Amino acid sequence: MSHDVILRIGTKLILPFILLFALYVQFHGDYGPGGGFQAGVIVAAAVILVTITFGLRTARRIAPRAVVERMVPLGVFIFAATGIVSLFTGRNYLDYSNFAHDPLDAHFIGIFAVEAGVLVTVAGTMIALFYAFIERGR
Amino acid sequence: MEALINMALLTLLAAVTIAIVRQHNLVGVVILASIYSFLMAGVMLVLDAVDVALTEASVGAAISTIMLLAALNLTKTREYPLKHANLVPLLLSLVVGAGLIWGSLVLPPFGVADAPIHRHVAPRYITQSMGEIGVPNMVTAVLADYRGYDTLGETTVIFVAGIGVMLLLRGRRRREPGAGKAEDRS
Repeated sequence: MSHDVILRIGTKLILPFILLFALYVQFHGDYGPGGGFQAGVIVAAAVILVTITFGLRTARRIAPRAVVERMVPLGVFIFAATGIVSLFTGRNYLDYSNFAHDPLDAHFIGIFAVEAGVLVTVAGTMIALFYAFIERGR
Repeated sequence: MEALINMALLTLLAAVTIAIVRQHNLVGVVILASIYSFLMAGVMLVLDAVDVALTEASVGAAISTIMLLAALNLTKTREYPLKHANLVPLLLSLVVGAGLIWGSLVLPPFGVADAPIHRHVAPRYITQSMGEIGVPNMVTAVLADYRGYDTLGETTVIFVAGIGVMLLLRGRRRREPGAGKAEDRS
């Protein structure tokens, strides 16, 4: 854990904004630049910042390793399951047109689910990899 | 003005590349590579590819720098010195580089609207995606909807790569003399 007061207070101050920006990038990806991949990386960056300033133990309390490592396959599952669901609505794999009555709403829901899957996998992978590197170096 | 920004960015890119080649301290190389990615994000921004710029800045400049520094923590930070100059790699890279430049001569001029790549499916995305998908950001419409298969594949690649690296790092560690350094990291 870093004993530098500026680093610790600075991290605490900036952390909510990093997470808020990640949410913005995730949910505003339909209108501006961004999406699940970038948002996942930003979420991972927030956790990595906590790990660097407050140490692995604190970071593990916020993002436990078991949760993070389960996120890695979970995101792929969400993505692939969205495709399976679209098969059950009578469409091709990953064709979202029948998710709602209005086709535009249906595509919005499909894109939302898929981007959520990407976010979960990317954030989980990046954090889990960083944990693995840190633990190996101890 | 745009040409000026482009020239400045590309000059800096070349300077950073030369600095990377000349730098033998690997921590320095990682930091320079991060600067390279950040400049590249600037280039993408000038080219109006904001999604790529955001990805390059967050992945190339931030996360991969952290990952490489974490990897250097496990290895040595000095480049292994070359015993003697090796001409084969130099010759190979010169030949490949010349081939790439020769190939680029027959490409359509930069940014031309009727280049083959812009006449295939791109017009459909530009004209129809708002009516079919209803998402203003065309990049998101293409990535998550029209080409959902590709993105599913990419996500799977991240998953597989992550699992692979975790398996490698979590494996049992061979004890080397003097390798068990106890740095306080928690």
